[in-house]
Amino acid sequence: MRTRKSARAAQYVALLAYLVFLAFPFLWLISTAFKPAKELGSLDPTWIPKDPTLQNFRQAFDEQPLLQAGLNSLLVALSAALVAVVIATPMAYVMARHQSRLSKAATGWVVVSQAFPFVLIIIPLFLILKNLHLINALPGLVLVYVVWSLPFALWMLVGYVRAVPAELEEAAAVDGAGRMRTFVSVVAPLLAPGVVATAMFAFITAWNEFFFALVLLKTPEKQTLPVILNRFIGTEGVADLGPLAAAAFLATIPSLVIFSIIQKRITGGMLAGAVKS
Amino acid sequence: MTLATATKSRRSAKSGPPRKPVDHGAWFLVLPALIPILVLSVGPLLYGIALSFTDAQSGRTEPTQWIGLLNFQDLLHDTLFWDSFRIGLLWAVGVTVPQFFLALGLALLLNQNLRFRWLARALAIIPWAMPEVVVGIMWRLVYHPDAGVLNETLSNLGLGEGRDWLTGTATALFAVIVVGIWAGMPQTTVALLAGLQNTPKELHEAAAMDGAGAWRRFRTVTWPAIKPVALAISALNFIWNFNSFALVYVLTQGGPGGRTRLPMLFAYEEAFRYGQFGYAAAMGCVMVAVISVILAFYLVGRLKGGDAS
Repeated sequence: MRTRKSARAAQYVALLAYLVFLAFPFLWLISTAFKPAKELGSLDPTWIPKDPTLQNFRQAFDEQPLLQAGLNSLLVALSAALVAVVIATPMAYVMARHQSRLSKAATGWVVVSQAFPFVLIIIPLFLILKNLHLINALPGLVLVYVVWSLPFALWMLVGYVRAVPAELEEAAAVDGAGRMRTFVSVVAPLLAPGVVATAMFAFITAWNEFFFALVLLKTPEKQTLPVILNRFIGTEGVADLGPLAAAAFLATIPSLVIFSIIQKRITGGMLAGAVKS
Repeated sequence: MTLATATKSRRSAKSGPPRKPVDHGAWFLVLPALIPILVLSVGPLLYGIALSFTDAQSGRTEPTQWIGLLNFQDLLHDTLFWDSFRIGLLWAVGVTVPQFFLALGLALLLNQNLRFRWLARALAIIPWAMPEVVVGIMWRLVYHPDAGVLNETLSNLGLGEGRDWLTGTATALFAVIVVGIWAGMPQTTVALLAGLQNTPKELHEAAAMDGAGAWRRFRTVTWPAIKPVALAISALNFIWNFNSFALVYVLTQGGPGGRTRLPMLFAYEEAFRYGQFGYAAAMGCVMVAVISVILAFYLVGRLKGGDAS
């Protein structure tokens, strides 16, 4: 009995250690965001700002085109998420319902596409988009994000389609509904929550993405939030810590909010995928 | 072939005659996603592999020419690239292995009936949701020599003077590896937790009845059940880490003196700072090839080991 109790205690200590490790950088970011310049310059930083201020946030908006960057990010992420689920849902449906060679090839592609370094994709994409005059243009980035989020979107959606009983469709077919009709009026409503979760995940992926945006967007008025945030750091790595932290904190909020909404579904989706594979 | 697959599929019971139109319908559903995948993913990949056999450069007026294996021959003697490759392997192993054990520990804890489990689950997700650039900025603040919390804590504990973690040649790689571990914890933990929740409870209870200790129960019941997930996630993590870019780019830009210059950072500079498209594409090919070989050995070895035990 005593060993069990001490084991429990050890478990709580371990859990606490994990909590500290996972949370402290984020808390420090928040703390820095609210510290006045004077405190940031002191050699004895504290966890809780002695004299909390919103000055950093104002300064962040003054120094860099954060508002424009936020709008760019929003536009790109929304479009990419929307297009991705609109084209991925029908394909996921076919992949889940038919064990054809096509589905096998598509599943194989989902796996293989994870292994290739982006540099092998980005150079040709850069050249293709340049020919289409889509360099330094948001539609070009949307295209890239759609394709980039497809593997995971397909993977999630296939799991959700499998969760819809095939008997329902067979019943609809017996009633004389065609494939399209069955999909639109029987499958789609049941899939809706999964599709929304997938769209949200694609949104976060695009909102957070840095590498493609760095390569494809050249001028500050076109750049997305992560690229603008990186400009904050500057070439010498000497940054105004307060505004930097404030901007970084703001850029995280949309992702955190959406992620907390879909967290259960994401982990559920991974669970489904894990069971299947 | 189509007939055979159609009869095999479970929908065959329902509609006999209209088989052909059904297939047309399937294509109609598949094409909207298939075309972008072919044009913007499969196509560029093949194009990229082809580029590695050319002298393609950015902004050049002369036509690009096939140069055979010249890029690969140059690469073979490019010591800077192989330094970077070695750093990439160190980073990928240094992140993947400790992260796996840390995540396994956390997943086992979260699978227990502990209080505050919900809080840990919520916090464990934070790194996943954050933009990588923000993760980089955040850890720059933590590591900051003057205003950072790490040096402050160390000096408060009497553990010596502060360091310049990210710019010191001795500490930089270690410092970015810690960030890499932190950033990838959620995916790994969630995957392992999913595996744990599929472990048959009855087996656990039976083993406990037979007097098996915690370690034996883990070895004989839990591990076999989560092994497929563990293999998959660690292989994926290794690939992702080896190909990662944003985190280290924001933290150190590959410095100091190339100590944290991962292969992706090297290839990025080669392609978009120096405009050597063909050469950078060749680097990409070498990265894929070496990673595939390593993974093949890892997976084959692991699966064989599983059969033996």
